[in-house]
Amino acid sequence: MKVLVPIKRVVDYNVKVRVKSDHSAVETANVKMSMNPFDEIAVEEAVRMKEKGLATEVVAVSCGTTACQETLRTALAIGADRAILVETEVELQPLAVAKLIKAVVEQEGPRLVVLGKQAIDDDANQTGQMLAALLNWPQATFASKVELAGDQVQVTREIDGGLETLALTLPAVITTDLRLNEPRYATLPNIMKAKKKPLDTTKPETLGVDVAPRLKTLRVEEPPKRQGGGKVADVAELVAKLKNEAKVI
Amino acid sequence: MSILVIAEHDGAHLKGATLNTVTAALQLGAEVHVLVAGSNASGAAQAAAAVQGVTKVLHADAPQLAGMLAENVAALILGVARDYSHLLFPSTAAGKNVAPRVAALLDVAQISDITKVVSADTFVRPIYAGNAFATVQSADPIKVITVRGTAFDAAKSGGAATVEHLAATPDSGSSRLVSQELTKSSRPELTAARIVVSGGRGMGNGENFKLLEALADKLNAAIGASRAAVDAGFVPNDYQVGQTGKIVAPELYIAVGISGAIQHLAGMKDSKVIVAINKDAEAPIFQIADYGLVADLFEAVPQLTQQL
Repeated sequence: MKVLVPIKRVVDYNVKVRVKSDHSAVETANVKMSMNPFDEIAVEEAVRMKEKGLATEVVAVSCGTTACQETLRTALAIGADRAILVETEVELQPLAVAKLIKAVVEQEGPRLVVLGKQAIDDDANQTGQMLAALLNWPQATFASKVELAGDQVQVTREIDGGLETLALTLPAVITTDLRLNEPRYATLPNIMKAKKKPLDTTKPETLGVDVAPRLKTLRVEEPPKRQGGGKVADVAELVAKLKNEAKVI
Repeated sequence: MSILVIAEHDGAHLKGATLNTVTAALQLGAEVHVLVAGSNASGAAQAAAAVQGVTKVLHADAPQLAGMLAENVAALILGVARDYSHLLFPSTAAGKNVAPRVAALLDVAQISDITKVVSADTFVRPIYAGNAFATVQSADPIKVITVRGTAFDAAKSGGAATVEHLAATPDSGSSRLVSQELTKSSRPELTAARIVVSGGRGMGNGENFKLLEALADKLNAAIGASRAAVDAGFVPNDYQVGQTGKIVAPELYIAVGISGAIQHLAGMKDSKVIVAINKDAEAPIFQIADYGLVADLFEAVPQLTQQL
């Protein structure tokens, strides 16, 4: 069984982002970029399936600029077998990405697609569900446990009130939550090996997908600054302030 | 064209986030209908009909609609979607699961987690864990939107909408709900509570959360946690407050033993009053706290509980 893992290159989660002075977007030039953390969990999960003999091949795919090759190499270093870059300079929104991945799925024929539940840049939380819809496959989002058995997969999901378990018939789409696994660090020998693994490039036009953005960003702003930093000396002062100053208790 | 709100409910009652979503819908300036999809959900349909501003409730009741399976609920919504200019979902685990599926089937973009309605086609939404806010405009004929509950007041009761039966679409057969393990709690719901007491890695273990429970009991507060505390297994996943967990904005947020990673701040920095208790005076949480107390939580929390 082949597993496809779509990944996204995003601003590293440790970076404190700044809004551009013209308010058009967030500054991404000269900022550290990394693989979206949820996608790293997805790659790890797929690689573990292969290590357990449940998957035969793990293919990583990313959509975006040439720089995404670097992110794909990270996936190859974690243990993906090969990579595909759908290269474009156009700003990609979730629906366009879902259409591109669908086209790749139709070429590659995986039985399972595993991807992050959301990207930490646009926080959209859409691509996996959209992909499942376009493929007419079942979906299990926010996965914290995945168990493959024959043509079924049981997925435990993190929901608002706790956990729930779904049984899906393959082929299916799974999106990962934080507690599914802890991704390994890529070792130096594996990073070296990853450089030799195949990385193919295609384009949206070749795949026949219209990726024109549907949403127009009119303005990006910083949130209002919170005036914090107040201190109290002890519990008695805290209680007094909450009662008399803040009046919240 | 009317607006359709997809309700989240437990069969008998509406979940709080549904009421916030109705308020966002009413700001769009058109008639608001509510879809209640479920199994044995007449109670929730009646509750939806009593929400002020709602003029019609569509009630679909069938066994395959139990548990809000995305495949079945999306197919149901697709059947009526073209009668509406906007489809609004609460930005909850269930809403986030279903909405993009509907949007893709309609070939429209989704606008996630809106915090403000600017006009019928323009909305404000947080990006980068709330470190920036984008104003976005949609040119699609149907706007599929998820609504951040804490950004809109709850709609009041006092409506008298008609309830119309809607036939369910057949079971997709490709997914099945096996089991649910829901956390039982007599405390208020985390996202709707007036006061939230949250614990982090500094709590040390799950047993020590009893200190927070005692404090929460005194304040009738909900209990939350940072990702670190959930990852360490101190408390269940549904306690998590943050960028990828729950977004809360209570009147009072008490952060105990939480250092304040930006991912956590993203989930609570819109709280009206923030209290931080941490023994590390350099912890970033103090920068956004109105009242910071540098102290050992194991001494300060019992004292606080006692003095309230």
